[in-house]
Amino acid sequence: MSTTLTPRRARPPAQPTTLRARRLPAYAAPVIAVAALLLAAGLVYGAGIGGPVLVVVVAVLLYLAGLFGAANAVEGRRSARNRLWSALIHSAFVLAVLPLASVVWTLVSKGAERLDADFFGTSMNNIGARDANGGAYHAIIGTLEQVGIATLITVPLGVLCAIYIVEYGRGRFAFAIRFFVDVMTGIPSIVTGLFVLAFWVLIVSPWFNDGRPGFSGFAAALALSVLMLPTVVRSTEEMLRLVPAPLREGAYALGVAKWKTILRVVLPTALPGIVTGIMLAIARAAGETAPVLLVAGGGAAINFNPFENNQSSLALFVYQQAGEASKYSPARAWTAALTLVALVLVLTVAAKLLARRNRLGR
Amino acid sequence: MAKRVEAANVTAYYGGFKAIENINLTVEPKTVTALIGPSGCGKSTFLRSINRMHEVLPGARVEGNLTIDGQDVYDRDVDVTAVRRMIGMVFQRPNPFPTMSIFENVVAGLKLNGVRRKSILEEAAEKALRSANLWDEVKDRLAKPGAGLSGGQQQRLCIARTIAVEPQVVLMDEPCSALDPISTLAIEDLMFQLKDKFTIIIVTHNMQQAARVSDRTAFFSIEKTGDPGRLIEYDNTQKIFSNPSQKKTEDYITGRFG
Repeated sequence: MSTTLTPRRARPPAQPTTLRARRLPAYAAPVIAVAALLLAAGLVYGAGIGGPVLVVVVAVLLYLAGLFGAANAVEGRRSARNRLWSALIHSAFVLAVLPLASVVWTLVSKGAERLDADFFGTSMNNIGARDANGGAYHAIIGTLEQVGIATLITVPLGVLCAIYIVEYGRGRFAFAIRFFVDVMTGIPSIVTGLFVLAFWVLIVSPWFNDGRPGFSGFAAALALSVLMLPTVVRSTEEMLRLVPAPLREGAYALGVAKWKTILRVVLPTALPGIVTGIMLAIARAAGETAPVLLVAGGGAAINFNPFENNQSSLALFVYQQAGEASKYSPARAWTAALTLVALVLVLTVAAKLLARRNRLGR
Repeated sequence: MAKRVEAANVTAYYGGFKAIENINLTVEPKTVTALIGPSGCGKSTFLRSINRMHEVLPGARVEGNLTIDGQDVYDRDVDVTAVRRMIGMVFQRPNPFPTMSIFENVVAGLKLNGVRRKSILEEAAEKALRSANLWDEVKDRLAKPGAGLSGGQQQRLCIARTIAVEPQVVLMDEPCSALDPISTLAIEDLMFQLKDKFTIIIVTHNMQQAARVSDRTAFFSIEKTGDPGRLIEYDNTQKIFSNPSQKKTEDYITGRFG
């Protein structure tokens, strides 16, 4: 009888008799960590095979092994695996944050040297290799104007394109648009620069410029908008798809026209996500050097007019200063890089706040 | 206010799939008509074809004749938004607009159709919320988001939103299936009050509910999965639930089928 009651193939796990289990004491993990660190230091320096980085790597491996062993002995296999994976996930997080923290630290520490009024108030006009002053005023103007124009071009175009794909597009045409937007995502920035150089600067702009090719901030903005467009389209598309269909139907059922439903119900619901996508695109565009170098040419002087003559940008300024044969230029490059990051950060935070302002607080 | 809905040989498709076939049915003004039947029998499809919500889905289309007080809903010259303003709809799951406050939700239909005057909107909102038995619960927090209400309140908010545009016919697609018994009772009470002014057509899976709220009941059914749904019997609710003339209806309401 008993053999038929418990068939071998489908035996349920043994019922625990008690719900409590033995646990490692709270101090176990730090103790193992310290022991692993000491052991690793002893091993690495004792054998003379490496420096502090190797010590940390070996220590982490020893810690993982020690933690797993201790937990396995005291708490059992399942709990040990849980601890091992938790530790791995936390290490992955630290590993991901380390470069970011390092970048921020480097930027702040090296960029602080030239963080003065001169930097934000003057250009590089008439600044020679022996001059310690000079600034990025012209580059900041260039970045703001170029990215601003590119955003003005891209956002309406990209959002409308996404609305078409999600709300109206049927069949092959919509599929083709999606496909080409995907292809556009992979275009290297230098190629968009070349495209605008060939198409706008060399062919179209001479018509307005007495037959001479017109390098300008606007040309750079065109190249940047080609770069931004796929990001805006794809992220907006994803966000629009996340808006539940019953919301649209709810509006239709009130006799609201389709375009008005999209404008007043669908877009506001998706707005925070769309803004995030746009900010990602802006951040990418603000950091581009190659297209600006190709079609705006860079320049040392202040030029407020994006439609005429050369303009610089912060990214291009960083590139040029980093390669300049002057002992003062690396400091300028670092400060410009810090400015660029801060600018994008401020824009992102501002946009997020603005997008949230319209939403109702609970 | 209330109007008569007549369906003649209504057939609806989802792409190549025929969901309902040859539905003939007349709904009298100021009555509550319940559509009952097993899942997939096409009651919701029929309901959605009355206010042309069926065609919102890609590939969906309707054939046959559907009139409201003699006007063909599917006529070429008909403006879809006018149809939907005349025939309101309440959905299975409450779907308040998440970016709008309670007040904005109620007047959404008016506001998005061009009504701007604040006094008119406020009056309409209070009237609709009172009709939906929600006014006392929300009058102090009209500026709060509609999504913050309980499920039952949200559904009554959606009903208020629907009746704020003063339609002639109100369609309800299982309006209580996501609600608890108390909220359900509140909405059933509401239907009794609303039928003085509106023609109401309700799809429900709950036969007790159909028996409680409706004057007339239509029983839909399918032969087997993949077949189109058909109207089996349409009669006074009392008759359907006490002495149906079709064997299938009797099997369904007594629980032997479906």
